[in-house]
Amino acid sequence: MSETPENLRYSQDHEWVRVEDDGSVVVGITDHAQESLGELVYVEVPEEEGELLKGDACAVVESVKAASDVYAPVSGKLAATNEALSDSPELVNSSPYDEGWLLRLDPSDPAELDELMDAGAYTQYLAESEA
Amino acid sequence: MGSKTPLYDRHVSAGAKIVDFGGWDMPLHYGSQLDEHHAVRGSAGVFDVSHMTVVDVDGAGGRDFLARLLANNIDKLTATGAGLYSCMLNETAGVVDDLIAYRLAGDAYRLVVNAATRDKDLAWLEKVAADFDVALAERADLIMLAIQGPNACATAAPLLPDSIRDASLALPSFHSVAADGWFVARTGYTGEDGWEVILPREPGLELWDACLAAGVVPCGLGARDTLRLEAGLSLYGQDMDETVSPLSAALGWTVAWEPTTRDFIGRQALTAEKQRGKNAKLVGLVLADRGIMRHGQRVITDAGDGEVTSGGFSPTMERSIALARVPFAANTNCQVEIRKALREARVVRPPFVRNGKILIEET
Repeated sequence: MSETPENLRYSQDHEWVRVEDDGSVVVGITDHAQESLGELVYVEVPEEEGELLKGDACAVVESVKAASDVYAPVSGKLAATNEALSDSPELVNSSPYDEGWLLRLDPSDPAELDELMDAGAYTQYLAESEA
Repeated sequence: MGSKTPLYDRHVSAGAKIVDFGGWDMPLHYGSQLDEHHAVRGSAGVFDVSHMTVVDVDGAGGRDFLARLLANNIDKLTATGAGLYSCMLNETAGVVDDLIAYRLAGDAYRLVVNAATRDKDLAWLEKVAADFDVALAERADLIMLAIQGPNACATAAPLLPDSIRDASLALPSFHSVAADGWFVARTGYTGEDGWEVILPREPGLELWDACLAAGVVPCGLGARDTLRLEAGLSLYGQDMDETVSPLSAALGWTVAWEPTTRDFIGRQALTAEKQRGKNAKLVGLVLADRGIMRHGQRVITDAGDGEVTSGGFSPTMERSIALARVPFAANTNCQVEIRKALREARVVRPPFVRNGKILIEET
């Protein structure tokens, strides 16, 4: 059974979003996502700062099995990326909600956050998609 | 629900992630594919490969049947127990499958072919066998374990019956020994030393349990794939198939042209191809840039485009490696189109890794 922390918001594409005190949001992939992908061997995050629209492919996570796109769960300006992943992509497996974060955005439309699922809804979404 | 090997329940209780492979429910890994890979390179791992198809060939026409069936020369198996890697070709010299043939005794042979191609292989074998005094028997009753790694034989030797232990330890590469229903061959698909053991169900289950108890790491198909890719070993259905001849699959060395009187299936087409000259070759690629090469990606060379046939991450080299089919005249430098971006790669000669050592020089 995968973990889904209560303080995060979730997308249907299995990204999580954490709203920080300064209004920025941190984005990563969920425990469920890293578990289904398998051991990650390569993570690609954007090299340049720029604007992302909700749904844009904003990162690539590659496991021993396959490559997957990560989509921006909300629109916003890219503020930072997790540089540790370039040498240690396995952090996404071992610590998907903390050390394995992918990128930080300054959201341009905070209302989009409300469209994301809370932990309860995401858990139910997982249960339904596996049924 | 796919077919299950007799070890299926043990895989599940060992925590295996089960995936479909050619209609079989097989373990992909037991937690960490990377750890399993390193266990085989550094010590010892055991794979359940009971899904592979074992066919015993018997009858006075056994030798003649295999001389017709195989592109390699069955007469190389002068000694009892000797093994031979070969392709069986169709009339247009496409690869029907690759296999290992062992000489059990006299005109009796054992073939081990791929699981995913079982049905078409059996049909092909039956069709060719119709012209020979030979009986074929599929041995679906047997378990097959691959025990692989630098410590594999030393660790597993105490687990073998007394009647076969010393002979198994003394086996040269690509030789086998059989006794008391056990069959032990010094072969594998990992680039490491080891045995492939074919044996009946009950002792097979016991051998698996004993391997794990002795510290041999259970390994899934995920590690099997990265190990064989590092070892530069082809995978049927990916690196070659019925549309490709052994000459453009880096398997020319497995074709026995001599004696010229041996009329194996596909010989005519293969000879014609050889006379025309090669237009493609299977090479190794090492990615200089970051990223992971995958099956089907385009390879851009100075002599035209090619294609990645097997690609992935090399846990030993910690970078992406691949097998690729490229124009014969292609030089050392190329680019691979990975997810719409062109990445620099270098053409190398496989294997990438053998016996725990990286064989490709850093540039």
